[in-house]
Amino acid sequence: MSVATHETPVTAGATPRPKKKRGPDRRPGLSRSLPYLLLAPAVLLELLIHIIPMLVGIWMSFVKLTKFFIANWSAAPWAGFDNYKVAVDINNAVGEGLLKSFGVTIIFSAVTLALSWALGMAAAVALQPAFKGRSIVRTLFLVPYALPAYAGILTWNFMLQRDTGAVNHVLVDNLGLTSDRPFWLIGGNALISLITVAVWKLWTFAFLTLMAGLQSIPNDVYEAASVDGAGLVRQWRHITLPSLRPVNLVLVLVLFLWTFSDFNTPYVLFGTAQPPAGDLITFHIYNASFLTWNFGSGAAMSVLLLIFLMIVTGAYLLVTGRRSRRA
Amino acid sequence: MRDTKGFKIYRAVVLAVLGLFVLVPLYVMVTSSMKPLSDVQGAFTWWPSNLTLDPFVDMWRTVPLARYFVNSTIVSVAATAFSVAIAILAAFAVSRFRFRGRTVFSTTVLSTQMFPGVLFLLPLFLIFVNINNSTGVQLVGTRLGLIITYLTFSLPFSIWMLAGYFDSIPRELDEAALVDGCGPMGALWRVVLPAARPGVIAVAIYSFMTAWGEVLFASVMTTEANRTLSVGLRQYSTQTNVYWNQIMAAALVVSIPVVIGFLLAQRHFVAGVTAGAVK
Repeated sequence: MSVATHETPVTAGATPRPKKKRGPDRRPGLSRSLPYLLLAPAVLLELLIHIIPMLVGIWMSFVKLTKFFIANWSAAPWAGFDNYKVAVDINNAVGEGLLKSFGVTIIFSAVTLALSWALGMAAAVALQPAFKGRSIVRTLFLVPYALPAYAGILTWNFMLQRDTGAVNHVLVDNLGLTSDRPFWLIGGNALISLITVAVWKLWTFAFLTLMAGLQSIPNDVYEAASVDGAGLVRQWRHITLPSLRPVNLVLVLVLFLWTFSDFNTPYVLFGTAQPPAGDLITFHIYNASFLTWNFGSGAAMSVLLLIFLMIVTGAYLLVTGRRSRRA
Repeated sequence: MRDTKGFKIYRAVVLAVLGLFVLVPLYVMVTSSMKPLSDVQGAFTWWPSNLTLDPFVDMWRTVPLARYFVNSTIVSVAATAFSVAIAILAAFAVSRFRFRGRTVFSTTVLSTQMFPGVLFLLPLFLIFVNINNSTGVQLVGTRLGLIITYLTFSLPFSIWMLAGYFDSIPRELDEAALVDGCGPMGALWRVVLPAARPGVIAVAIYSFMTAWGEVLFASVMTTEANRTLSVGLRQYSTQTNVYWNQIMAAALVVSIPVVIGFLLAQRHFVAGVTAGAVK
């Protein structure tokens, strides 16, 4: 059990799994080259699709890579830090747009993360003790995660239509909350729509992960606690939450990174008519790059985004690491 | 223990609220796919004025859905097959051998999973365009480009998950196979892989879902010839009428294979995700 708490049963964990002590290989001659041969295809693809593009991306951010040079990149003139200067200069339209988009993304990411985690936790706890029909409910809750992202978002797009959608039908026709039908996909409400749709998809991932983590908590712990007179809330605070700590550490980080770079939700929900209130940063960079075909500027914005995410991730790992050492 | 009234009320409320939240969009998708066009053009109704399956027939004509379907299937199946095979080899190396660069490999590969896709999008597009210009290998606007890209997307997580699975299989088993005269590859094929079947299935489903649902790169790397479903479904809204009933029918049809696959294998999937915790 103590080993289990060090593991991170979450997808795409940032922490590599701890190594086990292994005996020496019996056949040193063969095993020296074999592991590298086994890794070769994976390494080649990672280089081609991930590593080299990232380095090229950094290079791109320092050249004037406008549409004239896309098919002939070696001729693109050097730009120094010009792309970055434009991107962070809040007095011009490009910099101002990027800053606004950054602000929108922070709100979106924070609210979506908090709601997804809370709903996932609420459901995982509710489904922890066995009851009749539990597996059906669990299966149902996993459907939004299993659905291709665009299929779910398209459905929400339909539901959020002003005149023909289900949301306004409920709010205006059934409940009579407002007399005029609000717009959900343009104007200020776009951010609310974006968060709702993102939470609809993401909370089930939090649920899946937390549910898996709860399985490692033995039932006797709860029984002992309730014999000692601990109520449900105290059991949750003093048993469930601490036991889930390693899961939560990775889950929160993954949810943050996913929500912060969410592209599918705004792209499928809004199409090309992006409302400023729903202008998430990945979507913003995408539009900035492909509307103007100025890849240099888009690359500079991407690198800034990467630096921001690395700083946040680093700080997060530092703070949480220090706290768990103290504990 | 937690049979208290308080907990039961809590559970009932949570299940009701979240059940509605999950179900309403699914309900809207299914019922709207069986509505006549006039129903989805007027005010929303909870039930079709007359139930029809026409949208499921018409949807193939409004846009070339069959072509998108074929493209998505070829791309996803190929990406999954290669991704799983490559991940098995890499995970076997990481799990069963100690070699220089092992930690560097694992950490680097996993961290690429953390970076936002838009970071790779522009450079990869540029690289593909220039590969085409210098070698004539067409990667933008072809299925090949998509296959290579998607299979790499699912690699990091697949390697990580499979390595966890392989770790949980006792090394004594493959040592027995080695003693019996199998090479290391024979041990992988005859001993490790059969024991890790649930993990392989889970990884395959994950890879397929990744390729089937990818939007960002598909929106840039596809032209009419290799367009996949994820961007193809948008074509319904570019028509003179927005055929919401057909969009919902198409969304339903493209979802069914992956949802069924995922739900059938959900136990393996959860087990794979938690492989680290249970071993």
